[in-house]
Amino acid sequence: MSAAPAVIAPEPLPSTTGRRRVLVSSVSSDSHTWNLVFLQLLLEELGHTVTNIGACVPDDLLIAECRRHRPDMVVISSVNGHGYLDGRRLIARLRAEPDLAGIPVVIGGKLGTRGAEGGSHASELVEAGFDAVFEDSAGIGEFRRYLAAPQTPALHHDTPPVPVP
Amino acid sequence: MSAAGLPQPRPAGSFADAVARARAAGELLVQPRMGFPTVEQMGAGLRAVHDARARTVGTITLDSYTRVGDHGSARRALQAGEDLNGFPIVAHGGQVTRRMIDDAGTGGFAVQVRHGSPLPLGIVQALVDAGLDATEGGPVSYCLPYSRTPLTEAVDAWARSCELLAEQVPGAHLESFGGCMLGQLCPPSLLVALSVLEGLFFRRHGLHSISLSYAQQTSFPQDVAALAALRRLSGEYLEGADWHVVLYTYMGVFPRSVPGALALLRDSARLAAVTGTERLIVKTPAEAHRIPTVEDNVRALEEAAAAARDAAFTEADLPDDGEADDLYREARDLIEATLELNGDVGRALTAAFARGHLDVPYCLHADNAQRTRSHIDRRGRLQWTSAGRMPVRAAADRGTGAVGAEELLGMLSHVQNTFDRAALEPSAQSSPALRAGHA
Repeated sequence: MSAAPAVIAPEPLPSTTGRRRVLVSSVSSDSHTWNLVFLQLLLEELGHTVTNIGACVPDDLLIAECRRHRPDMVVISSVNGHGYLDGRRLIARLRAEPDLAGIPVVIGGKLGTRGAEGGSHASELVEAGFDAVFEDSAGIGEFRRYLAAPQTPALHHDTPPVPVP
Repeated sequence: MSAAGLPQPRPAGSFADAVARARAAGELLVQPRMGFPTVEQMGAGLRAVHDARARTVGTITLDSYTRVGDHGSARRALQAGEDLNGFPIVAHGGQVTRRMIDDAGTGGFAVQVRHGSPLPLGIVQALVDAGLDATEGGPVSYCLPYSRTPLTEAVDAWARSCELLAEQVPGAHLESFGGCMLGQLCPPSLLVALSVLEGLFFRRHGLHSISLSYAQQTSFPQDVAALAALRRLSGEYLEGADWHVVLYTYMGVFPRSVPGALALLRDSARLAAVTGTERLIVKTPAEAHRIPTVEDNVRALEEAAAAARDAAFTEADLPDDGEADDLYREARDLIEATLELNGDVGRALTAAFARGHLDVPYCLHADNAQRTRSHIDRRGRLQWTSAGRMPVRAAADRGTGAVGAEELLGMLSHVQNTFDRAALEPSAQSSPALRAGHA
């Protein structure tokens, strides 16, 4: 398997301030939580304020929580292999809501059932409406760099975005 | 008590009876986690466990559709011949399950249903219909870690389920899963307290045969202290009940190497043996890679039984002076802080979580206060980094240093790394603990 960048970041995040309010969530079918706890600690270390709504989040609940918290960014994480299917469905739901169509939403984790050999789901998920996709094979470094992007816009020259069809 | 003032003899169920006979024989009872979708596969699995060279009880682990009450999906998967990650007992129904156990030729073999449901009434009815008499879980332990079900709903559902089981199955056995709580990084005092509290809850709702669980954690001496505290508190709080202790082989991230995984399994069997723990639920070396097969499970059961028979105690296994007493007091304080909130233990549990008097570290459930954190100290013991509003003290050596993301990853794989590394060191090959596994 080549080390092709599995991250797609067509636009830098809106450069609000260094501190952002981030909503962390899983998808509807995934009951794993350690990945969510890890992301919370990581985001908090970077100075962000995190609301972690946990595992097995139905699409309706995610939409309601987005309205309630009005986060600067939504981070979806899934490791049970259904993240690709659940993520594609939930982002279509979310983007269909006019008030949430523009909210930055990223997804990452083990998104398919077949690991790295299963091929990348990144371009399809971006096409479906995610702002960026971080597949497990790329490691957490890509996500860290993405978070730092507004302060270091030059970063985007280092990680060429995968062409979006 | 009967009119004559004598205790009425209670009929022992098959599960309670198997535990009593193992105890009398001075042998560790070993049990797998095992669930397959079809009657043929599940029946063959039960038979293999029955025939293993170890003193065993059987397990029927249910699938995740059944766990969340989606029996229609389980039925459709069965009809389409699709794979399920367990046995859909409700979709199969009581009669089919009863016949499966009979056909497996394991009549009289004690079998427990393991499921993971916060709302288990349908599952309990199905196992009663199938003629089974043992299951496990609990209102807290099957709600907070794995579901979004509000704790009050789980408490009500478990109360009704306990009463159904107690009324319809004389001698029924129920095990608390309270000794697990997310599998890793929950300090032992809280695991012990939750097990005892769920045991009290079962008692309050009619059960007389109860087991209290504890999952192997990061330090052998600390686990010895925890199991001593659990046994002492069970004796104090469950007087008059027929109770025993069940240990789970490590429930967190498992070693990747076969020698590392076997060493961890054998360590859990030795821990059970030297602490007088009656029953052990094993894990297999396949754990880190895939769902274990029947053969994986049988090998693990036999390995654990052999390790328990040969178990020896060394100086290095002993807790520090006073460690077991401190752990006992901390767990008792958590139990007392809960029970004083309400005369009804179910309401006391919901109140204690609402106030943060009970607070499971790293548990994201909305009814968990999320003010506590834990860490693994330099000697490998689990400690409180911050205790939130619980009546316990955080470890003094840590100061206010928060647990960071990288440290969390390190802690989650601490046991895996420790056992994999030891297994790869040349010197480890000659240690008795590892040599046995290569026979």
